[in-house]
Amino acid sequence: MRLGRLSSIALVFATTAVPAHAATIEITMQNLVISPAEVTAKVGDTIQWINKDVFAHTATAKNGDFDVNLPPNKSATSVLKKAGTVDYYCRYHPNMKATLKIAP
Amino acid sequence: MFVRRSAALAAAILLSSPVLLQGARAADKLTDPQIAHIAYTAGVIDINAAKQAQKKAKNKDVKAFAEDMLRDHEAVNKQALALVKKLNVTPEDNDTSKALSKQASDKLAELDKLNGAAFDKAYVANEVAYHKTVNGALETQLIPSASNAELKSLLQTGLKIFQGHEQHAEHVAAELK
Repeated sequence: MRLGRLSSIALVFATTAVPAHAATIEITMQNLVISPAEVTAKVGDTIQWINKDVFAHTATAKNGDFDVNLPPNKSATSVLKKAGTVDYYCRYHPNMKATLKIAP
Repeated sequence: MFVRRSAALAAAILLSSPVLLQGARAADKLTDPQIAHIAYTAGVIDINAAKQAQKKAKNKDVKAFAEDMLRDHEAVNKQALALVKKLNVTPEDNDTSKALSKQASDKLAELDKLNGAAFDKAYVANEVAYHKTVNGALETQLIPSASNAELKSLLQTGLKIFQGHEQHAEHVAAELK
């Protein structure tokens, strides 16, 4: 019985240890330009959105997967949960466009 | 060559806006203090339009759009003021600025007579047209004429912002139909 409890603890550790390999990727918005315009990432990676403009921006997925609000000179993070190629844009300035390629 | 180019420019501006032609005729090449005044005036015009829309608009997308315009144009103009202060430039009133202001106050009066959905539609349609005109002027007249590199760069950022607004306004207009 004691052994059984220990092994279930070990199991918990094993599952939480997986995201340790996840990366943090920076995407910057400056002078109304998103860079890099195309980013390749994996499910579990964190995107750090950095807005260097004095204007508010958003990172809004065309397919509805995410909609991140970025006030002037602020940053935000989001963790990627779903694989796929996602085109996103800024709702306030729809001419700001970029692509996120998320591998499983 | 120069004459032919400015004649072509005047013709192009004539098509997009009768107002900006007067400025082009008054001086073939605008000075930086004049350009700063025109750009700032163009921002103030859209801020006033947004304030009117905040009071009168009914549709929630139109209200949100007006709020976006107010926020962005105030931010641009704040940068413009900081830049002219840094460069020690005094913005200089000119025929283009005057004509723009006159046209804008006529438009404000015209929109003031409308209410509800009719106002929403007319405001957004004017926002599309107005940003188109300003973007045309920035591209063909203001940016090429600007001498100071920092002023040119701010105008280029302004152009990207206003192109974004034009697309945003077109999107809102399409939703209203």
